[in-house]
Amino acid sequence: MTTISLKIEFSGGLELLFANERSHRITLPALVPAAQGQSPADDGDAPKKPVDLEYLVCWLRDNLLKERVELFIENGTVRPGILVLVNDADWELEGEGEYQLKDGDEIVFISTLHGG
Amino acid sequence: MPPRTCALCDDARAILKRPKTGQQICKECFFYVFETEVHNTIQESQLFKRGDRVAIGASGGKDSTVLAHVMKALNERYDYGLELFLLSIDEGITGYRDDSLETVKRNQQQYDMPLKILSYDELYGWTMDAIVSQVGKKNNCTFCGVFRRQALDRGAAILNVDHIVTGHNADDIAETVLMNIMRGDIARLGRCTSICTQGEDTIKRSKPFKYAYEKEIVMYAYFKKLDYFSTECIYSPDAYRGHARVFLKDLEAARPSAIIDIIHSGEAFEVKDDVKATQKIQRTLPHLFASILSKGDSLLEICKRCGYMSSNELCKACTLLEGLERGLANAAIVRALSPLFV
Repeated sequence: MTTISLKIEFSGGLELLFANERSHRITLPALVPAAQGQSPADDGDAPKKPVDLEYLVCWLRDNLLKERVELFIENGTVRPGILVLVNDADWELEGEGEYQLKDGDEIVFISTLHGG
Repeated sequence: MPPRTCALCDDARAILKRPKTGQQICKECFFYVFETEVHNTIQESQLFKRGDRVAIGASGGKDSTVLAHVMKALNERYDYGLELFLLSIDEGITGYRDDSLETVKRNQQQYDMPLKILSYDELYGWTMDAIVSQVGKKNNCTFCGVFRRQALDRGAAILNVDHIVTGHNADDIAETVLMNIMRGDIARLGRCTSICTQGEDTIKRSKPFKYAYEKEIVMYAYFKKLDYFSTECIYSPDAYRGHARVFLKDLEAARPSAIIDIIHSGEAFEVKDDVKATQKIQRTLPHLFASILSKGDSLLEICKRCGYMSSNELCKACTLLEGLERGLANAAIVRALSPLFV
């Protein structure tokens, strides 16, 4: 199975939910089950899709997040008030959760919810 | 998906979708429009005049860090002729404020501005750590709010500045509008959208980021690689504001212009004069009683303990301090009922 590697960064206080680690390098399968919530292990004949940001967000929740999931995810996507950048561009320009991840992508999550 | 080009210069790659307008713009155009909008806000409200000495209320957080950066840039670019200072308040919260003050000290170097740090400990003889160990986490924000307001005024007097600017942004103001509507606080609803406030004796305070979205402030800090500190205060976040904030962020997700729309609604609210009058009496009554009891002549007096202006014999900070010293902090809070949401 082919994989892609990504650089993930958390800042603006969000790193506190991820063991206070700002920077992470991770590897994801290039293809994942099209239905949300299935892990690539139980693939079988289930339809596949290229790995996207929506999958990444759930993967981060299941694999890296250490506490208070409600401060990271709301209704299956990142909580309003968290900014996401894909290779230094606002994810709103890249299709948000539907953005298809590529090998070497850098994804940054910044919380705006912490005091000024 | 091919990279999108900037809607303004039609040249560079777009990196941001502006929440206010939906425009997709590149990094350089973003810096330019963000700074220019703040400049326009400053010009339209005539916040400063040449030669003004201005203190930037600096917490080390994102808003005040970006404010210091932008104020310095605009002062040079448009030749405002301002003398800028950084003014920080050390509430005495270990693991929170001591770390964020390190950020402010670095800002002082980076921006080459004089810095004054005033601590609750030197002003009042109490740190927030000590206050919390006495009163617990329930009402400590009341102390902190009353103390900070007065501390900023005192710091401004020490620096001999005419004006304090703070990093309150559009999201903060929209939250406050919502909170005042939900609480039915007509008097504060009228005041909370003013860009500039000046009390009887106090120093002028203003909010140059009144129309700046939090998203853009954070993006600005990110792309400029500004050094800021982001940790929640360890003593009880303001729960009520927290609800307003979550609600506002949900609104923004559905319709980004909601934030600016709420500010405009707040500004356009017209309160009938007789309603205002009733509110005013309700607010002044306790003060009236206090001054009758103390046989005072005027509503505005000087605190007999510290000399700060006050509508009672003791100012709010000293009322709280007396309670702390006598171990009756909660009774003091009732008497000092504070204006935390101006």
